[in-house]
Amino acid sequence: MTEELERSFEDTIARDQRLEPRDWVPEGYRKTMIRQISQHAHSEIIGMQPEANWITRAPSLRRKAILLAKVQDEAGHGLYLYSAAETLGVDRTELTEKLISGAQKYSSIFNYPTVTFADVGVIGWLVDGAAICNQVPLCRSSYGPYARGMIRICKEESFHQRQGYELLMTMMRGTEAQREMVQEATNRWWWPSLMMFGPPDADSPNTEQSMAWKIKRHTNDELRQRFVDMSVPQAEALGVTLPDPELSWNAECGSYDFGAIDWNEFKQILKGNGPCNAERIAKRRAAHEDGAWVREAAAAHAAKQRDRERSAA
Amino acid sequence: MSEVRKDWPLYEVFVRGKRGLNHVHVGSLHAADDRMALRNARDLYTRRNEGVSIWVVAAADITASSPDEKDPFFAPSGDKVYRHPTFYEIPDNVPHM
Repeated sequence: MTEELERSFEDTIARDQRLEPRDWVPEGYRKTMIRQISQHAHSEIIGMQPEANWITRAPSLRRKAILLAKVQDEAGHGLYLYSAAETLGVDRTELTEKLISGAQKYSSIFNYPTVTFADVGVIGWLVDGAAICNQVPLCRSSYGPYARGMIRICKEESFHQRQGYELLMTMMRGTEAQREMVQEATNRWWWPSLMMFGPPDADSPNTEQSMAWKIKRHTNDELRQRFVDMSVPQAEALGVTLPDPELSWNAECGSYDFGAIDWNEFKQILKGNGPCNAERIAKRRAAHEDGAWVREAAAAHAAKQRDRERSAA
Repeated sequence: MSEVRKDWPLYEVFVRGKRGLNHVHVGSLHAADDRMALRNARDLYTRRNEGVSIWVVAAADITASSPDEKDPFFAPSGDKVYRHPTFYEIPDNVPHM
């Protein structure tokens, strides 16, 4: 019986069809999918914080409205993804508890601080740009609910990246001090953005299995290279210098060579030693705990309404 | 008074993209009651005019078949090819068919 189920699972993947919630899948596939989707969801939720930091101090009403809409989108993306994760038989509350207890991770990028308003722009340009590079191939993930969620998310991310780049163009047309802010923010976010694609292929033991299951369509290094090649002309058009002296065009490969990434910094942040790890989790925990009475009150109200309807009938 | 559930139940959300189209499943959410489910569905799934009408259904109320096309549940339609227009051979010189 199990053999037959496995064959049907492998067949679905080989025919490039999607797996759907009630299909039988091997335990390893389910676990990997739950881990990937929930970490992605957590990243969207924690990702609200660095930018929300600037909502009250946005320099104009226009920028404030844009930033609010963007942060609301991040919340929405988190919810689409929790919804997809739940189709695999996990509970949303349980996932939130795993996030705030540190049992599950989120993207290391959100553990860096947003020091100036230019960081908001650079997050849109580079961090969301890297996210798009990562996410476009995930629209073809073998797990249907995840793939459909990613399609919605990718459509909305395009606004995120463009508003960031436009913000930076505006600052670059401003004063010398503003241009300096953009350059400094670029210096802060460039290397962490490259780390978003994960460890180099040689140190990424799960890649092979994920590619076979069509959960992942490209390796970390392939996507990182694609991102570098896309970003260089964007930096030139903006008038900023990417902080990598080794960055140079390689005519033979038709792509840019770039310097070595400090993977030790990446590992430290994953371990929880980044500049904002503790702050991000503390804030999420406080929101969850402070909101408990609202969730309980709404449930009590709903129960009371149901009782009233029943006795009226 | 019935027992108060601390965890809000799961609702499935269906959106009609525009007039003339069917409602299509777009995802799920949690809400304390039907009204909250509808309001949250609007905020979550139609932030960019994606729909003109929303249905929310408590997930517990849905009865579903297995989605696998080869499931015996769909067998009755599997061998009724005559339900498809391509089953019938019509000469090329007959117009508008």
